[in-house]
Amino acid sequence: MFRFALRRSAWAIPTLLLVTFLVYIALRMGTDPLASYMRSNPRATRSKIAQYKELNGLGSNYVTGYFSWLKNFVTFNWPKSIKGSREVWPELKDAIANSARLGAAATAVGVVVGLAIGIFAALRPGGKRDVAVNTAAFVGISIPPYISSILLQLLFAVYWSKWFGNTLFPTSGVYPPGQEGFDLVLMIKHMALPTVVVAIQVIAVYSRYMRSSLLDVLNSDYMRTARSKGLSEFRVLMRHGVRNALIPVITIAALDIGAIVGGLIITENIFDYPGTGKYFLSAFGNGDFPLLMPLMVIIVASVLLFNLIADISYAILDPRIRLD
Amino acid sequence: MSDSVLQIRDLRVTFNTQMGELRAVRGVDVDVAPGKILGVVGESGSGKSVSFLAAMGLLPKSASISGSVMLDGQELIGAKKKFVRSVRGRLLSMVFQDPLSALNPVHRVGDQIVEMIQSHQDMSTHDAQKRAVQLLEIVGIPQPDERALQYPHEFSGGMRQRVVIAMAIANDPKVLIADEPTTALDVTVQAQILEVIQTVQQRFGTAVVLITHDLGVIARVADSVNVMYAGRNVESGSVQSMFDHPSHPYTRGLLSSLPHEGVERLQPIAGFPPNMLAPPPGCGFAPRCAFATDACSAELPALRQFDDLLTSCIRAEDLRIRSNS
Repeated sequence: MFRFALRRSAWAIPTLLLVTFLVYIALRMGTDPLASYMRSNPRATRSKIAQYKELNGLGSNYVTGYFSWLKNFVTFNWPKSIKGSREVWPELKDAIANSARLGAAATAVGVVVGLAIGIFAALRPGGKRDVAVNTAAFVGISIPPYISSILLQLLFAVYWSKWFGNTLFPTSGVYPPGQEGFDLVLMIKHMALPTVVVAIQVIAVYSRYMRSSLLDVLNSDYMRTARSKGLSEFRVLMRHGVRNALIPVITIAALDIGAIVGGLIITENIFDYPGTGKYFLSAFGNGDFPLLMPLMVIIVASVLLFNLIADISYAILDPRIRLD
Repeated sequence: MSDSVLQIRDLRVTFNTQMGELRAVRGVDVDVAPGKILGVVGESGSGKSVSFLAAMGLLPKSASISGSVMLDGQELIGAKKKFVRSVRGRLLSMVFQDPLSALNPVHRVGDQIVEMIQSHQDMSTHDAQKRAVQLLEIVGIPQPDERALQYPHEFSGGMRQRVVIAMAIANDPKVLIADEPTTALDVTVQAQILEVIQTVQQRFGTAVVLITHDLGVIARVADSVNVMYAGRNVESGSVQSMFDHPSHPYTRGLLSSLPHEGVERLQPIAGFPPNMLAPPPGCGFAPRCAFATDACSAELPALRQFDDLLTSCIRAEDLRIRSNS
């Protein structure tokens, strides 16, 4: 297992290089970073432009350009944002922290509730509660986040304040304007609505995964063996049923979590939540190459990392899988 | 018949399916003597497995069960679920057909046996683990202490079936039900598994119900036999008598479809078993029987005693004379 992790980590480096190279090409072809720079800084001097070009590796040759960008990137000689005024890392760091917090909360709530609902549905396939869960999951998957966000904002902010005189959950940001320092209650209040929006999707997807996975397991012979031992139904269900049904679900969950660092673009923008999704959209809109590239590297790295975690968790959960 | 450790009377099992009521078992009597091996033979769908799954309380809720199953003098049909659960795995345990899928792939073999022990005995995990290793040794698994720590996929089919048997006898049950324990295994391994079952029976005095469709297996290990057809007993009694002078045409058909000396061509039984959604009103075998008369299809034949066989054929007397002449 350890050797496997080591080998996979070693492979991650060439993968990371290749993918970032492709991203580099895509960004250069898609956004034309130099033109964006000159649009944002119409009075930039020739030397300023040359410096921007140099630091970002924007020479006419993509290959040498990529490597000169890479050299600056790994030596932490990061270019400032397109306006030339802001350091990239502090901004990116906050965005990642905010997105990770939102993503972790939504995934935790979503996976736990989703799994519970999936188990609940699988116990009586075709029964009333199964139909109810299936229908709800279908509705949950079908409602796009921009609809559920607006409905929740209307209910908990607009109408709530009409009825009760105050807003229960604020609709934007991480803190109210002017707030300084850390405040857990305020933070949770601000996170509540976007968390619910994302969790709805997660619940809908995972309840269905869990349901079908558990149904497969419930029909297997070892469930009958477990019952023939005279174990309680609960023990049969948890130790033999759910334990086996979780194997594929956990693996999928690990993969999904890796993608969350990429940000929840729609949800974050509707709630004006300063995570990587919002960061990405504004940077992309400005053609802000110095902001975009580090984010991309981190997204790719996190996908690779969670792929590795998925493989390892699979091997831990299922003794039939050997990684070496 | 109070000397039976497991006594089944007039057991009926009906499944409610979308196509109607499927009457899988239609009044079966079984007597298992303590410490003896009872063979139960029949074709697929004759109700042999279903009868004993019903006795174990392992049938799905769609099955409605009536009749009586007395284990060691205690009624199981209609008993409280908690009581049936306490019997299952302690007094009455089961070995299943396919050892490849009967064990949970994610738990160590030893732990699965420990679970069986601890669900019925107040034993520390350490002692239960020791006992599990002991059990693995009894069923003939080499290096049992190392093997106990392995997972099912590290065992061959025959070895897995030994594990399942070790698990089934963990609480020293009165009756061990083996549902086609050798069907999924290859021939050389079959013989070994039968030996293990016999060893268990002789060493611990466990009564065994051996469900099979292989008459060779019955001849080899069973003391008495139940022949089932279309959800009913057609003939039961000692193995010796059944092989020597079978009375029921179905039993005869089974025997003559086996290879034996001096017979060049095997004689299969023509036709198919009846549809259990609409079983025939009379003898279930009548449509395929060469000796059937109109009376055979009129009503269900009762079991009658001939020497030491119980036979459900109204023409048994005629046929016996015919076969003797």
